[in-house]
Amino acid sequence: MPDALHTDVGGSVGPVTTQHVTLFDDVHPLELESGHRLAPVEVAYETYGELDANGSNAVIICHALTGDAHAAGYHGDPLRAGWWDNFIGPGKPVDTRRLFVVCANLLGGCMGTTGPSSINPETGEPYGLRFPLFTVGDLVEVHRALMRHLGVTRLRAAIGGSLGGMQVLHWAMEFPDELGAAVLVCATSRLSAQNIAFSAVAREAIMRDPNFHGGDYQRIGVRPDAGLGVARMMAHITYLSEEGMREKFGRRLQNGTTPRFGFDVDFQVESYLHHQGEVFLRRFDANSYLYLTRAMDYFDPFGDMVAAGPKLEALRTPFLVVSFDSDWRFDTAHSREIVQVLAAHRVPVTFREITSPHGHDSFLLVIPEYHRTVANFLRRAGAEPGFTDAAGI
Amino acid sequence: MRLDLGVIADMVPAGSRVLDLGCGDGALLEELIRRRGCQGQGVEVSSEAFHACVARGIPVVAADIDEGLPDFTDGSFDVVVLSHTLQATRRPALVLREMMRVADTGIVSFVNYGHIGLRLRLLTRGRMPVPRLASKRWFETANIHPCSILDFESLVRGQGLVTDQPVILAADGGPAGGLAARRPNAFALAAAYVVRRDPGPGVR
Repeated sequence: MPDALHTDVGGSVGPVTTQHVTLFDDVHPLELESGHRLAPVEVAYETYGELDANGSNAVIICHALTGDAHAAGYHGDPLRAGWWDNFIGPGKPVDTRRLFVVCANLLGGCMGTTGPSSINPETGEPYGLRFPLFTVGDLVEVHRALMRHLGVTRLRAAIGGSLGGMQVLHWAMEFPDELGAAVLVCATSRLSAQNIAFSAVAREAIMRDPNFHGGDYQRIGVRPDAGLGVARMMAHITYLSEEGMREKFGRRLQNGTTPRFGFDVDFQVESYLHHQGEVFLRRFDANSYLYLTRAMDYFDPFGDMVAAGPKLEALRTPFLVVSFDSDWRFDTAHSREIVQVLAAHRVPVTFREITSPHGHDSFLLVIPEYHRTVANFLRRAGAEPGFTDAAGI
Repeated sequence: MRLDLGVIADMVPAGSRVLDLGCGDGALLEELIRRRGCQGQGVEVSSEAFHACVARGIPVVAADIDEGLPDFTDGSFDVVVLSHTLQATRRPALVLREMMRVADTGIVSFVNYGHIGLRLRLLTRGRMPVPRLASKRWFETANIHPCSILDFESLVRGQGLVTDQPVILAADGGPAGGLAARRPNAFALAAAYVVRRDPGPGVR
């Protein structure tokens, strides 16, 4: 069983297309936590598997900071699969033979869902920094509207890594009856000072780019590529681990064995980061990066326990919390804090720290112990009426 | 379910909030949760046992109880169960203290190494005893801290804890009577204790 999931066991969901729906309009705008109203909100999403007759076999995949709706299957080239294709599909941990899987691009993103690069209907120009600030809770509100649109009343599970897990945590705390189970992988209930510091420097890199123009770069027809590239390069360092980087690059040089003694790219690790930055520019919007990282900074559902306590008391959704021992972006202490708070409030919680050298990015990789844990957990999640009873409720 | 788990399950008040340390494949928790109205949470260090719990829908935290119970806050459970696990811990006293930090009541079961058969085996054959309820050879077992009933009672007292009358277990894991009940340290194969904090002289 553990090795059965190693690579590409289970199939692909095959060719898929991203779908689009407008979920909020002027009559029913999205009411943000800040009090701002936003309309229309277009959402890009994909679905895999079939929704059963009573709409009870749905799971949602909440993507991380720079993800998109294309989680599984492929659009054109079968070799270029979705970002979590090793995790979602027939016979995979999120098994599309029995689950209806939904993944939507986040509010504020730039992959088809309304965000700062969308056209502001009031001005006919891109929002830029006039896009209202939003929270992790607002991201969840848009997901919930999509679920209603799709005819899903209750999710068998919500699943997310990193920022995705933060959405799942918020969802479970605010709307416990809507989730049969919650899966949080290398997530956090609050960013540490160090986490916020990294985000702050990334934003500074973007905002100090001469092409940023106060967020109006689209209107002017330029892009703050230098800033966004640096932001991505730095963030990428935090997604890997010391050990992983040593294994992958060491001090190896890009060309030959003799250092060139200059400031051009010479070490392999430099070349890799440059490549990551370049690729990222082609698909991501700098303003989206600002907004989404800011939403992460402010997330702190346990910060006010007077408010959180009653919500946690009412929460009986079984949780699976997974961390990776080499992750230093959101290390195991972040996951353990979530476990402690949940357990203290009698929430049934399954937790495991998985051994992996690949840092924060581990959640996207095929790690047999990790996939086996999620697969077993999801097989029970809402699969039988006794599941919530299993936790004694 | 194993008979000795049934005995433990009977010692847990129905509907209570139970933490099972070294919960194995989750069989006891499944019984308590599904049939006795308890809320249950397991802790397990073995990877295979962890997967077994997850596969049967039992909430389980993968952790080594020798590191204490940092994931659980004071008094967050009604009962903590330590079933046939104490002897496999590196720091039994710490584990006992941690149990009584997160709950007011502990239930501890263990194989009695004071049993007459084990004593005789060591005396007559000069070989390490292999108890019937834990039948592995000395180099195969995880039991690094075996104890007798007297040893256990002395550990408990040393921690400022008190026990109720133990349930004495027979070879089949069910309750035992007769000689084993009257002279447990010499004749009981195993025992299960309810442990509580000592309420102090004024209260008793």
